[in-house]
Amino acid sequence: MRDLKPIYETENLKKEYAGRIVVDVERLAIGAGEMFALVGPSGAGKSTLLRLLNFLETPTQGEIIYQGQSVNGNLSIETRRQVTTVFQRPVLLRASVRDNVAYGLGLRGQRADGRVEEMLTRVGLAALADAPAQKLSGGEMQRVALARALVIEPRVLLLDEPTANLDPYNVGLIEEIVREQNRARGTTIVLVTHNVFQAKRLAQRVGLMLSGRVVEIGDAQQFFDAAQDPRTTAFVRGEMVY
Amino acid sequence: MDELSRGFFQALELIFSADPALYEIIFLSLRVTGLALLFSTLIGVPVGATLGLSRVRARGFITVLLYTGMGLPPVVVGLFVYLMLSRSGPFGALGWLFTPSAMVTAQIIIAFPLVSGLTMAAVQGVDPALRVQVRSLGATRAQEVWAVLREARLGVVAAIVAAFGGIISEVGAVMLVGGNIEGKTRVLTTAIVLNTRTGEFSLAIALGVILLGLAFVANVAMLRLQGKE
Ligand SMILES: Nc1ncnc2c1ncn2[C@@H]1O[C@H](COP(=O)(O)OP(=O)(O)O)[C@@H](O)[C@H]1O
Ligand SMILES: [Mg+2]
Repeated sequence: MRDLKPIYETENLKKEYAGRIVVDVERLAIGAGEMFALVGPSGAGKSTLLRLLNFLETPTQGEIIYQGQSVNGNLSIETRRQVTTVFQRPVLLRASVRDNVAYGLGLRGQRADGRVEEMLTRVGLAALADAPAQKLSGGEMQRVALARALVIEPRVLLLDEPTANLDPYNVGLIEEIVREQNRARGTTIVLVTHNVFQAKRLAQRVGLMLSGRVVEIGDAQQFFDAAQDPRTTAFVRGEMVY
Repeated sequence: MDELSRGFFQALELIFSADPALYEIIFLSLRVTGLALLFSTLIGVPVGATLGLSRVRARGFITVLLYTGMGLPPVVVGLFVYLMLSRSGPFGALGWLFTPSAMVTAQIIIAFPLVSGLTMAAVQGVDPALRVQVRSLGATRAQEVWAVLREARLGVVAAIVAAFGGIISEVGAVMLVGGNIEGKTRVLTTAIVLNTRTGEFSLAIALGVILLGLAFVANVAMLRLQGKE
């Protein structure tokens, strides 16, 4: 995807917690409209990197350039609202499924119009629209979380292990919606997963993260079949690389 | 047993006969407790919410103070308010002792820690991941705080109802600072004490039934609110 104009560029990005470096990425460019997967073991810093990309935290060092503009410190609310995340464990509001999906529109002062119903249908929850969101199954909750993220038409959708612990039926549904969002609507997607098979199914480009560093990035096929770093080969084969 | 059932039927009669003295007592109880609840809610909910949302270190100390306040013996509060309002006390000039104002003051001191402490607990009970997630959906700081408060709303209502139950049934403090003066500061609880002492059991029972009824209505209202969620 080197032909795509980057939507994100980061330079010497570092994040520390209590003096411990958790993210230490030399360079990372994410193309507008691509589906990029980041794989790596638990604790590698993937979620932290996503929080940085969602502007939810400020880097300890380095900077993030979003659409050609450095976002350190001076980020307008409109720009921030172009990016959203679906988290591994979604927290829904004590409200109906419909109200949960409409939430982001309300934040922007927009009316909960036909887009909400359309989105409910798209994630297969139209019949549960009036149900209290707290009573849904895990897979249904995650589809609500996906719907409330997509309804605001983000430019960038960040997915943090969106299908971990879900049954195959829900995994299939969610992957299909995500794929369609990227292919048909051009939304840039960064998918974090520890499941290499999911990365293989969905992503055009894949990166491996280990101990805060991005070890290797490559086009999907090269990443899985002809990795340059032996740690990538080992991880892809399911061997321990920590 | 006989005495009890006879008292009970006389009590029902009294309640339905619209006895003006009885209703005066009920209305004074509701007025004093209502005002105390209003003030402690107006101060206690914002204070509790602020504490629940903040990450300051000092919160630990304030929490201990509030929880101690929740366990204050009401009669000690009564004594304190009495001393403050007595003629030689610092607020003696107000002339509030043995008036409903003194009773409201004492009940505010009892209810405030309950309202703010339980509100704080309700706000802290909201999943901390919620804030990050609504922020990611585009919430401003104010919208983020609002989302947390909305999630805590049931706990806040429970806090107010708990405080209502606590102060409407409280007797020691209002007895001390109100003086149980007929037609002036006599409320449900102090009237029950008096009528029991003087052997007027049917009146005492009637007042007890009403007191129970009020607490019952408050709790039903809360449960219905919770059921709607
Ligand atoms: N808010 C935080 N405060 C302190 N340490 C954190 C925080 N968030 C993450 N960490 C630490 O940073 C490391 C990377 O975490 P994370 O980004 O969640 O990894 P991953 O998503 O790859 O499993 C972990 O060791 C974790 O304990
Ligand atoms: Mg993670």
